[in-house]
Amino acid sequence: MSETKGIVHSIQSLGTVDGPGIRFVVFLKGCNLRCGCCHNPDTWDMSGGTEYTPEEIVNKAIRYKEYFGKQGGITLSGGEPLLQAEFAKEIFALAKENGLNTCLDTSGSILNDDVKALLEVTDRVLLDIKYTSDEQYKQFVGCSLAKPLEFLDYLENKKIPTTLRQVIIPTLNDSEENVLLLKRLADSHKAVDKIELLPFKKICQVKYDNMKIPFPFAHLPEPTKDLLQSLQKLI
Amino acid sequence: MEHKNWNGFIGGSWQNTIDVRDFVQANYTEYSGDDSFLAGATERTTALMKKVEALFALERQFGGVLDIDTATVSSLTAYSPGYIDKENEIIVGMQTNRPLKRGVSPFGGIRMARNACEAYGYKLSQKVEEEFRFRTTHNDGVFRAYTDEMRQARKCHVITGLPDAYGRGRIIGDYRRVALYGVDRLIEEKKKDKDALKHGTFDTEHIRQDEELYQQIAFLGYLKEMATMYGFDISQPAKDAREAIQWTYFGYLGAIKEQNGAAMSLGRVSSFFDIYIERDIKAGILTEEGAQELFDDFVIKLRIARHLRTPEYNELFGGDPMWITEAVGGMGEDGRTLVTKSSFRVLNTLYTLGSSPEPNLTVLWSTSLPDGFKRFCAKVSKDTDSIQYENDDIMRPLYGDDYAIACCVSAMKLGKQMQFFGARCNLAKLLLIAINGGYDTTSGMHIGPQMPVLSGDTLDYNEVMERFDIYIAWLSNLYVNTMNVIHYMHDKYCYEKTQMALHDTDVHRFMAFGIAGLSVVADSLSAIKYASVETLRDKNGFITEFNTVGDFPKFGNDDDRVDLIAKDMTHKVITELRKTPTYRQAEHTLSVLTITSNVMYGKNTGATPDGRKASAPFAPGANPMHNREENGALASLNSVAKISYDDCRDGVSNTFSITPDALGKTDDERVENLVAILDGYFAKKAHHININVLNRETLMKAYENPEAYPNLTIRVSGYAVNFNKLSREQQREVISRTFHEAM
Repeated sequence: MSETKGIVHSIQSLGTVDGPGIRFVVFLKGCNLRCGCCHNPDTWDMSGGTEYTPEEIVNKAIRYKEYFGKQGGITLSGGEPLLQAEFAKEIFALAKENGLNTCLDTSGSILNDDVKALLEVTDRVLLDIKYTSDEQYKQFVGCSLAKPLEFLDYLENKKIPTTLRQVIIPTLNDSEENVLLLKRLADSHKAVDKIELLPFKKICQVKYDNMKIPFPFAHLPEPTKDLLQSLQKLI
Repeated sequence: MEHKNWNGFIGGSWQNTIDVRDFVQANYTEYSGDDSFLAGATERTTALMKKVEALFALERQFGGVLDIDTATVSSLTAYSPGYIDKENEIIVGMQTNRPLKRGVSPFGGIRMARNACEAYGYKLSQKVEEEFRFRTTHNDGVFRAYTDEMRQARKCHVITGLPDAYGRGRIIGDYRRVALYGVDRLIEEKKKDKDALKHGTFDTEHIRQDEELYQQIAFLGYLKEMATMYGFDISQPAKDAREAIQWTYFGYLGAIKEQNGAAMSLGRVSSFFDIYIERDIKAGILTEEGAQELFDDFVIKLRIARHLRTPEYNELFGGDPMWITEAVGGMGEDGRTLVTKSSFRVLNTLYTLGSSPEPNLTVLWSTSLPDGFKRFCAKVSKDTDSIQYENDDIMRPLYGDDYAIACCVSAMKLGKQMQFFGARCNLAKLLLIAINGGYDTTSGMHIGPQMPVLSGDTLDYNEVMERFDIYIAWLSNLYVNTMNVIHYMHDKYCYEKTQMALHDTDVHRFMAFGIAGLSVVADSLSAIKYASVETLRDKNGFITEFNTVGDFPKFGNDDDRVDLIAKDMTHKVITELRKTPTYRQAEHTLSVLTITSNVMYGKNTGATPDGRKASAPFAPGANPMHNREENGALASLNSVAKISYDDCRDGVSNTFSITPDALGKTDDERVENLVAILDGYFAKKAHHININVLNRETLMKAYENPEAYPNLTIRVSGYAVNFNKLSREQQREVISRTFHEAM
């Protein structure tokens, strides 16, 4: 048994939007960024989560193996799973031993030895490129664009299949120009085989209200279906 | 034996004995492609359906019943022929002389017929009242034999929904036999069976069988007469696809003219029809469009089938369903799939005619089904919320590959097995009665063994279980005996002559018991075991409320600590039921199914230790209690999948609602993911699932503005309903159910 323990925010046994097929999604606690559009502010803090060992997580995931089919498997999301890279690595290593596909949902803002070890046992990365300008990164995320770009280059070198994701936020990154920049980024990396544009949603307002903190993007509108469709066509 | 109408079919033992399965196996064409071959509705179909829609609208305006013939007792030849639009109908036959006009069927009970007439502003005619004055109905018989305790159990709703005032239903005639053999051959075979009886000892069972065969033969004669009234001679086998569907439908029509059983299911006809359709297409006398049209016209007939019920009945079941269940797909014992192009065609009626609760389309799912069919089913589910799924991989080893589903989840071999329907007992209420030593706080009645109320400020798990066991044993015995009375009387006064004529003479019988409130009981026992349940008493010392302190595992989270309590409970109940012998040596079976009556069961049940308030609805069927699932949809499915089909051979019903967004981002992904969910759930040996893919907001809009959503169909528990036909309370309950959403 491993000594490592991790802090988990919650577990969703049926995930269909975080990786290919049916996913067992574990939301880890803790985040190093403070994105204005964040829909899980309750995962920022390390406190208040539930402690699990990697074995406990994988034993739970295995109970859903029948549903995974050819594509599905386990996804680690958060929060930022890279903050608990060792825990994440042990989960993925054990998952792979049990024949489960592994998928990492991350902002790609940390790249240390633990993270590199984690990527060795990762089948796919969902890399969140929040904006295509460094200015916006610094203003609305809290790190520089260089961080996820460095991460992406590493994935390229390691040939790890990657999905680029971006939350489309009206007025901030909903221009054609921005989406074309994202596409160019994808095109220049062979590891990237998919781009997903996700709608900015404000349903998380409740979470901010419960935490008694302001939702930074509360004033921004949600994108229309038409807008998303027209942007998706550019890709 | 040969017949010219069988030309082109591969022969076999089916020619010499009544064996539809053998015919199907020898002649059907499996189909493993996708839905691209399907044709849409023809102009004729659309025009006819428009007329039917107008009649439905009128029926709604008239408060749910368009018209009643109060002067005629419904039977096979009682009415002159009826049509929607005679020139434009391909398949004909109506229950009465006009569409949606209801007949009266007092054999199950005249009181119900009388009350139903009066509720809609009619009066049962003097003629019918006179006819039945000196006639014993099923209902009369039952109440002559009921003991005081049976009446009490019924009155306080610990056993409820008993088929003691109308037809019991849940019997499926093998209507295909009419088409394959023609009625003359069926009569001939029954005569042989009757003749063979002359050698035996004439004891009760023997004499009963002898008389039943007489009745079966007589009603096969009436069936021919009924068809003749519509201009058809069904004495001989059907010669083409249209006749095969028409003959089969006549068999079904005879059954619903004769019987007003709660569930009048159809069987497994699609792939049977497919054989005739393939033959006609090969011969160049039928096109794909024509084939779809045949299905459409047949399904229109099924959609206008109606029985006269009281408003209380409709309130309980959410409208007046007939459970015209058609089993679709499945695998054969030889490993070939039983999916044919007609499996697609029958599901396609949900597009050509629009979504609808009836017929109750039930896909027999196997992980080995062809991918194209799996994907089409998922697409239809996503678009129409009108189909349910049952696990062929766990049923086929028990029932072979020619079984069908009666009502919602009751499997039986076609023409070889039947069931005595037994409604259900309220297990949550029984737990409260046990805790109170034989006192029902809701009705104020003393019932069952009388003992002291459990003492102490908090409930002790072992003490409660010990007590509960005593009451489960008591109720099980009472329940079996009550069912024995009901089915003895039904056979005596309201025997299903047409349907049983379409069974083998030697038939295997099930007696199907049921439980309601399983998740309430599991969570309550879990609370007693893992949290602290304080008792609150009324002035007489009876426990009426609970204060549960601390957390406890809840059913629906894939947590064995509580899931196994639920599983063990079903094992315990069926084991106790088996201790009391049944009428006609029927095999005891058990279901976890509530239909929409989970609202009513809850209403009649006090507060429970799981924190459920008095009168609050139960979850339907085997569903976890609403909104107690904390780990998402698959965890909930895994919990239900643990309930063993070996203990619950009459079915374990689960109703699953998910928002489109939680199922995936694109239509393609949603289809793919739904297929994966079904494959996974059934690989876990689960039995049944209803799939609804919809947003809560849609239901809320329909709740506020019903007229804007006349055809909104949702799966509830083993069947589908038109959302608008649910009571306001049921609508609220459906809206409050767990909708699995994306985080």
